[in-house]
Amino acid sequence: MTAVDPNRDPGDFDAGAAPGTAPPVAGRTRAGLRGLVIRPILIAVAMVTLYLVVRGLPADSIEARYLNADELTRELLEHVRLSIISTVCTIVIAVPIGVLITRPGARWIKPVGLGLGNLGQSVPSIGLVVLLALWMGTGVTTVVVALVVYAVLPVLRNTIVGLEGVDRTIIESARGMGMSKLAVLARIELPLAVPVILAGIRTALVLTFASATLATFVGGGGLGGGLVAGIGLDRPVLSVTYGIIVAALALFADWLGLVAEEVLRPRGI
Amino acid sequence: MSLAEYVSDNLVEIYNDAVRHANLTLVAMLIAVLIGVAVGVLTYRRVALAALVTTTTASFLTIPSIALLGILIALVGLGTTNVLIALVAYALLPIIRNTIVGLRGVDRAVVEAGQGMGMGRSRLLWRVRLPLAWPVILSGVRVSTQMTIGIAAIGAYVKGPGLGNQIFDGLGRFGAANSLNQVLVGTLGIVVLALLFDLAFGLVGRLTTSRGIRG
Repeated sequence: MTAVDPNRDPGDFDAGAAPGTAPPVAGRTRAGLRGLVIRPILIAVAMVTLYLVVRGLPADSIEARYLNADELTRELLEHVRLSIISTVCTIVIAVPIGVLITRPGARWIKPVGLGLGNLGQSVPSIGLVVLLALWMGTGVTTVVVALVVYAVLPVLRNTIVGLEGVDRTIIESARGMGMSKLAVLARIELPLAVPVILAGIRTALVLTFASATLATFVGGGGLGGGLVAGIGLDRPVLSVTYGIIVAALALFADWLGLVAEEVLRPRGI
Repeated sequence: MSLAEYVSDNLVEIYNDAVRHANLTLVAMLIAVLIGVAVGVLTYRRVALAALVTTTTASFLTIPSIALLGILIALVGLGTTNVLIALVAYALLPIIRNTIVGLRGVDRAVVEAGQGMGMGRSRLLWRVRLPLAWPVILSGVRVSTQMTIGIAAIGAYVKGPGLGNQIFDGLGRFGAANSLNQVLVGTLGIVVLALLFDLAFGLVGRLTTSRGIRG
């Protein structure tokens, strides 16, 4: 699947990962806000256009089975449910591990873990999904496990990068003020790392919504149903319609992530 | 049948799939590099245009690959062309962005020295700017290549070539004898291929980086 965060590629020289190298906030926010307003409008226009075009086309029995409100709503809800459950699990797993790895004493794990993780990223998503299904059986649980395995790395990596980017001197002064290690973590380190962690979560969110399309191959439901039926049964109308809907949903998920980054960023950063 | 037995029994077929996978990747990357570097060269001086190009190619990357492949059926039908177009579309962003970043990072003093030596704009581009930006561009190409190898697996579902066919064949006879072996061969084969490509990049990087900036 499209496994790379547009803003943070490995080996990329555009050093967006380090906090403090971000462009001035004011300019970025204004341009960002304009972009934030435009995208849902564009998506809505595309969806309405798609509806008007597809409604006028003649549909045979197979196409009619997928191109109706009931089927679409069902697949959409399954898709969103799968993606949200997976993303929540990803966050719950990846953020605490990231915190543990950056504690002094556990740092040796990091190079080993990230090395394994980078190798793991070259595993194709379809291969991972099918292998897990052969091992654990088909169904929603398998899909969620596959999606989590696939999306853990960006969150984990950004948690580590974010926490390590926190200025040492700030931590020392907090310790000097008498804060406990836990208080420093909760009130200094995590809040300062939030923007970077959120960027990782957005990557994971988009990745998960995209990869959830493959769920249908192993009986996990979702919008892949109509899409894959369209490709497999040679019904271009079906594959194109569902393809555009899936693409719109992914762009919408990305938009939600951007909004979350704007809203949840702690004040003062 | 064990994995080793399966591999030795089907060696020719697996080898052919791997070669086709590598070829598809190479062709896609060649086209993507030509387009990406050209677009980067044409846009890196214009801030708004560069932003437009990167945002557009970034939104390509957001689209799930199977959705893009499904949409492309309407234009080019099933087959290699379909997969090739999708792969090029996905590979563009890292290449374009790193070309822009690399060209912008070229030291102004070096460019001025070139001008002082009487170089024209195109000679400056070919002899100074691009060689200096090359390591950055190449790291973008490397990221794109890794992505392309993985996405090409899904291309098998729209009758594309490569190791993805092993995965989808295995899926097609889910649970039957050898289905696990087949999916394993496809998946691990792709991982190995990605690793080989990455190793090759180290070599290509050394051979194609200008001697003056080689580490």
